[in-house]
Amino acid sequence: MQGFIDSLLATTTTGLSRELAYLGGMIGFGALVVFGFILPMAGITSWLERRVWAKIQSRVGPNRVGPGGFLQWLADGLKNLLKEDVIPEAADPTLFRLAPYIVVAGFVAAFVAIPFAGSLIIADLNIGILYISAVTSLVVVGILMAGWSSNNRWSMLGGIRSASQIISYEIPAGLSVFPVVLLSGTLSMQGIIENQGWAPVDWHMFHSPFTLAAFLMSYIALLAEGNRTPFDLPEAESELVAGFATEYSGMRSLLFFLAEWGNLYVIGAIMATLFMGGWQVPAFTDNVVLLTVAQFGMFFAKTYFWVFVAMWIRATLPRVRVDQLMSLCWKYMVPIAMVNMFGTALVMVVIPEGSRLMSYALCGLMLFGLVRFGRRVNYHLKRSRRYDTVGAIMPV
Amino acid sequence: MSPLIFYPVAAAAVLSALAVVTARSPVRSAMALVATLVSLAACFAMLQAHLVAALQIIVYAGAVMVLFLFVIMLLNLQDDPPETGRAGLRFGAGGVAVVLAGGFAKVLWEHSAGDGAVLAESFGTTKVVARSLFSDYLVPFELTSVLLLVAVVGAVVLARRDDAPGQD
Repeated sequence: MQGFIDSLLATTTTGLSRELAYLGGMIGFGALVVFGFILPMAGITSWLERRVWAKIQSRVGPNRVGPGGFLQWLADGLKNLLKEDVIPEAADPTLFRLAPYIVVAGFVAAFVAIPFAGSLIIADLNIGILYISAVTSLVVVGILMAGWSSNNRWSMLGGIRSASQIISYEIPAGLSVFPVVLLSGTLSMQGIIENQGWAPVDWHMFHSPFTLAAFLMSYIALLAEGNRTPFDLPEAESELVAGFATEYSGMRSLLFFLAEWGNLYVIGAIMATLFMGGWQVPAFTDNVVLLTVAQFGMFFAKTYFWVFVAMWIRATLPRVRVDQLMSLCWKYMVPIAMVNMFGTALVMVVIPEGSRLMSYALCGLMLFGLVRFGRRVNYHLKRSRRYDTVGAIMPV
Repeated sequence: MSPLIFYPVAAAAVLSALAVVTARSPVRSAMALVATLVSLAACFAMLQAHLVAALQIIVYAGAVMVLFLFVIMLLNLQDDPPETGRAGLRFGAGGVAVVLAGGFAKVLWEHSAGDGAVLAESFGTTKVVARSLFSDYLVPFELTSVLLLVAVVGAVVLARRDDAPGQD
């Protein structure tokens, strides 16, 4: 970035004007990324989520605006922008206005360190994954702020639930990162990806049974951190209206949901980077542009796979209770994540080279599980279709 | 370090620190403290101490302050009435502030800004910090963990109810 601006500027410009150009360049680039990529992506995810749920629940879903309802997110955004921005009289106006921006800033900042392709990353920070968990932990401040400043019991309960949940699940999420950091010896996102290969056997998740377990723990903990079903207690509609977002209307309320959908992408990106080889593709060509496009496509596909799984879970699973949520975290996930960490270290000491046989076996196990699961889903789909054609529920 | 970024960030740190003490509402005060910590983290990042900056945000802004807010909200503390605080406390605090300001003024007076230290390429990276933490400063580091352990044991002792009916 600095070099690019240097090439634009005359060599005579120095000092403050050069600094100003750097700052302007960074802000301009940031705005381009946010408005050109992150926000549309979060919007499109919202449309996708509604369509996926509809499919799972045998409904149609939004299909009026644009082909297949694809432009629904633009219509929703426009509608919410034009809506009246209501601020309750009893609310704390400053904090109430500020809260959605903090939540959005927390998730947008994570994109700085997400490696979309070998050369496509805004900043390959030395502390990559640590930076991502730092900025996403700022989201909880915004949520608490929203919950408290609304001056509403439901909002406050939602905010407090969210804070306790996010803080608790940050521990297993952080502990599940450690096995990967141990394996790759770096915190940098690109460094972690470069330590893996394109083939599933070379992925971190198949290194040993411990990393496979860490991978599962990581996804569960990240879902809980993102307030996703089955852990969406902070906005449990049947108990808390809309949780911390109850008093918000118009664009401010939309910003919270934008952050939630955008956060889904961040979750997927973390999973893809840490455990699934990120953008790694076989070196099929020398053309850098073509290779970058392929890497971007690979990363996007892996990320959206996890986004899709999160949608799927949300459409099918019920919500857990608060006590179940906490006991799951502290009594099961934290100890298991701890064992994973030490187990990975042990495996690294006993077999420093890593065991190909173990990797293949774990890969096979995963494949077997997926095939079994797929057959089961297929069976149920077929059964439900039979009911559909008859048009009434009758024993077949 | 770019002055264009440093001055706004430093100003934000000072102003939000002022807001911590002047805010009437405890929640606003805590929120201002979060802002101070984040601005300080930005300062650390500009000083090449990226790891410290990230830890500052994770531990202080993300966890400690959230617990603070949590407690304030659960206790439902009301705004401070303006006339609290005894005269002696005010004079004491004022005296400490004057002494501190004098100290800072003396340091600034005696040491004009130099060229700044030349940093090694690896300065502030996780590896370097970890190496010094686990070799030169191992004993203080372990003592800190003992301190934390004591705090945990104390919390458990305080929170435990002996008369509670036997559940799990």
